[in-house]
Amino acid sequence: MTSAHAIASDVRAGARRASDVLEDFLGRIEMHDGDVHAFNTVTADQARAAAAAIDAAVDEGRDPGPLAGVPVAFKDNLCTRGVATTCSSRMLEGWQPPYDATVVQAMTAAGAVMIGKTNLDEFAMGSSTEHSAFGPTRNPHDLARVPGGSSGGSAAAVAAGFAPLALGSDTGGSIRQPASLCGIVGIKPTYGRVSRYGLVAFASSFDQIGPFAADVADAALALGVISGHDPADSTSIPAAVPDFEAALGRGVEGLRVGVISELTGSGRNGAATGGPGTAGAAGEVLDGIDADVTERVHEAADALADAGATVGRVSVPAVTYGLTAYYLIAPAEASSNLARYDGTRYGLRVDGADVEEMNRLTRRAGFGDEVKARIMLGTFALSAGYYDAYYGKAQRVRMLTRRDFDAAYADFDVLLSPTSPCVAFRFGERADPMTMYRCDTCTIPSNLSGDPAMSVPFGIGAEGLPVGVQVLAPALGEEPMLTVAAALERAAPPLPAPPLSTVADPTEGA
Amino acid sequence: MGDGTAISSEQVAHVARLARIELTPDEIEHYTGHLGRVLEHAGELEDLDLADVPPLAHPYPLSNVFRDDVAGSPVDRDEVLSQAPAASGGQFEVPPVLGEEA
Amino acid sequence: MAAGWETVVGLEVHVELATDTKLFSAAPSRFGDEPNTNVTPVCLGLPGSLPVLNRRAVELAMAVGLALNCDIRPSVFHRKNYFYPDMPKDYQVSQYDQPICSDGWLDVPGGSRVGIERAHLEEDAGKTTHLGGADGRIHGAVGALVDYNRAGTPLLEIVSRPDIGSAAEASAYVEELRAILLAVGASDARLEEGSMRVDANISVRPAGSAELRTRCEVKNLNSLRSLRNAIDFEARRHIELYEAGEAPVQETRHWSEDGRTHSLRSKEEADDYRYFPEPDLVPLVPDDEWIAQVRAAMPELPASVRARLHECGAEPEDAQVIVDRGLAPVVLGAVAAGADSRRTVTHAVQNLALDGAELLDPDGLASLVNLETSGQLTATQAKTVLVEMCARAVTAMHATPAGAEDPSGSASAAALALDPTAIAAELGFEAMADDELETLVDEAIAANPEAWEKFRAGEAKVAGVFVGAVMKATRGQADGHAVTQLLAQRRDA
Repeated sequence: MTSAHAIASDVRAGARRASDVLEDFLGRIEMHDGDVHAFNTVTADQARAAAAAIDAAVDEGRDPGPLAGVPVAFKDNLCTRGVATTCSSRMLEGWQPPYDATVVQAMTAAGAVMIGKTNLDEFAMGSSTEHSAFGPTRNPHDLARVPGGSSGGSAAAVAAGFAPLALGSDTGGSIRQPASLCGIVGIKPTYGRVSRYGLVAFASSFDQIGPFAADVADAALALGVISGHDPADSTSIPAAVPDFEAALGRGVEGLRVGVISELTGSGRNGAATGGPGTAGAAGEVLDGIDADVTERVHEAADALADAGATVGRVSVPAVTYGLTAYYLIAPAEASSNLARYDGTRYGLRVDGADVEEMNRLTRRAGFGDEVKARIMLGTFALSAGYYDAYYGKAQRVRMLTRRDFDAAYADFDVLLSPTSPCVAFRFGERADPMTMYRCDTCTIPSNLSGDPAMSVPFGIGAEGLPVGVQVLAPALGEEPMLTVAAALERAAPPLPAPPLSTVADPTEGA
Repeated sequence: MGDGTAISSEQVAHVARLARIELTPDEIEHYTGHLGRVLEHAGELEDLDLADVPPLAHPYPLSNVFRDDVAGSPVDRDEVLSQAPAASGGQFEVPPVLGEEA
Repeated sequence: MAAGWETVVGLEVHVELATDTKLFSAAPSRFGDEPNTNVTPVCLGLPGSLPVLNRRAVELAMAVGLALNCDIRPSVFHRKNYFYPDMPKDYQVSQYDQPICSDGWLDVPGGSRVGIERAHLEEDAGKTTHLGGADGRIHGAVGALVDYNRAGTPLLEIVSRPDIGSAAEASAYVEELRAILLAVGASDARLEEGSMRVDANISVRPAGSAELRTRCEVKNLNSLRSLRNAIDFEARRHIELYEAGEAPVQETRHWSEDGRTHSLRSKEEADDYRYFPEPDLVPLVPDDEWIAQVRAAMPELPASVRARLHECGAEPEDAQVIVDRGLAPVVLGAVAAGADSRRTVTHAVQNLALDGAELLDPDGLASLVNLETSGQLTATQAKTVLVEMCARAVTAMHATPAGAEDPSGSASAAALALDPTAIAAELGFEAMADDELETLVDEAIAANPEAWEKFRAGEAKVAGVFVGAVMKATRGQADGHAVTQLLAQRRDA
């Protein structure tokens, strides 16, 4: 498969036509997306027009930008003007926003070509894409398994070679976990690094947009394009955007890497490695994290030590409460964010005798089971008499998480953990809500703290399925995070290509 | 919470009314189970002493973010109303409102 | 008020802030346009849209807070969650337990000091029109139309403490609050048009007691008269209940034109607004420097203006009239420019209930008063010139549209056209030469010998005969005072 870097550089140099690149990817989607179902909408006609405009720009001697002619898939909760933005919900089926999300504008302005809108768990609530109203996405590595979620469509699209780049959103792990399960790279930037304007909100104080790519360099390229202050988002950080790609070549020598004890079982990478040692009191080691996964994390830590990093174990005790806090705060915010789907202004309406009945019937028909459950959970957590015990307490746990991470980052530059507690699982395997929610155990802490984190493929686990290692960094610490991720990528054992690739790859040799 | 019955079916029915979601009695029972499992898990926070820990609402500490009082361009009304379930005379149309009235 | 009882009132006043755009979006904040034309994705609550706070709205809130002697404090926006079709997000963004202004007071003119509990910013809802019901009421309606033009308009809710003891005092409080809002330019504060809305929390208690009994909140008070009548009605209702051995229930009631308050249909569910911090907005933390800037930019407040007018000899009622007409800057400016203060106040009260009066140049008014006090114009002439000055000020304002560049030269030409001396000359009010007036007086004496004999004998009231004759000869333009002086000279000679 061709990288975004290679495509952009060829298109800018006039060596390849954006239109030809696009047709290659459209052909691959045509051939395989019936099996994978990564897309809710393939915007072929618009994409052809956009690619033709890129080619015309090159012909006229203009530079279309750093993503010249690179097809990109957008998660279907990113607003695209005049193109259906459904959130994989009956509620918004066919809704065409009158505006583009800031990230969509940024990608397009950099020369990227939107190729389609990808499937997700309804309103981004889920960890498997099984909660899509339009049917699940399948993992390109094993079509009997989930791609993860909620950005499962974006992850599967990149893993299947339908697009070199995709954007997703990460509220509790919705970029990193599917990236891990699909064997690709996924970044959740610092909260506020990327504008949320035009991202259909799930939980506003957690939601963050980020890129998927087959390798760290492409992910860094896309991250650079979508990062930056946006006056339309009050929570957007007014900080300069570093040259993320420059961070990739930096060595890890001297970097202090802490392996999070609570998330990696017991035993390895202790003081014997000569690292700074364990910071803080050792917390409880969470169960439910599979050994094939923790093994890869320890191997990754060893690889970094071999490359010159100082590796140690670090305790971040509050991560053990992260899941609970998250599943109170995020539904609380969601219950408010999703109130607007009332049948009045856009989307579905089921008529009723009066407005209130119309609201109730519309929301009954428009929302799926998981969304209803979370709305009610959040409504309860905020309701009179329960606010302090649930929402209020969870916000304090959030502060505790912030403090524990601050303490860890006093001793370490980046942290390591698994991304997902397990490799890709079979459809229906995690039907119980708490079992499904535990998929987010390792990713949620970074959403609570707002810090950046990313998943990098590092070897395989059970059944030969991809395992992702999570690299965590302090706020605005994307550069050391990327440095470590690039080093892990260099050290990682080769990953078997998704079986889809055994079918002739139209992008080869183009 | 922590008493084994984290939420009752009456509470679920109340919450569904607050959230304007129509539910059948069977569905109320279903969600009582679903919410109950999550809330029982939340019982683990009970033992945490958080008295000295303030709540954290925003992950990144920003303050005083403003825009200037300068008008921008409104959205196109026809484009917006074309997406509405029902519209009339440039307005959004809804069934009668049975609200507060003297 | 029935003997033995006293009324306790606290007022919640919502005012629309005079910004160009909405509280959280760049949509124009304007009244009277076509439905749904002043809306952005934010005003419509479109998925993916995000709010950004209007700095001007914050500054106006701070200015009102400072004018009401409030503390200006760090504040946080919350979401108040409830469903209503004209509320586009089905939550209202409002300041909850951390309002920007708190703990102030307002001195009611001639009355007491009313505590201000808080003043906080929030967004307005859109407008629902009920279809098919009688008079567009909810009852019997077959549907409703929603216009979001007003959605997101910045509101400041000013909440008083229950320190108001009568309908009259409540009315005076609202009037003084309105004067303050107008003075600081925070709002046009029109009750009838809804840019100022008053809700009254009313209870009664045994006279002399400090207890707070069950209160009822009365809405739909569209005029000061409604406010006064509703307070009197509601207080009487409470007293009658207590005296019958019953008690009012805490509820929201609606004032209607039949002169009664009515209980609103009680809802099935008790309100549960599930407030929580609005995650899409960050804390608002006004620092001392910013507060000082807002304070420095504030105009003089009505109470201070009235005090200065009083120093100029204006009675309290006259001072109020001058403030209400917006003439305080003109009057105080003219006095500062050397005009006789009593004469200036008299003109403002008696002769300036006119369009354009507030546009008068204070120096121009001072010149006019000086012409009069120096005897160059009679009182009648001065009034005529004043009317003309106002008319020309209005014309000049329309000739120079707001914001238009004022080319050099035209300003001074305009000033010249408004100069009272020039206007007096145009109207033919040349100050009469002394010898001309003396001739006219002598002619009047000669024409009325019998009257002159009476006058010389000390019958002062016949002076009117001569004054009238001179006035007739001059078509009213002679200075009556000067004529009287000449008559005295002739008599005593």
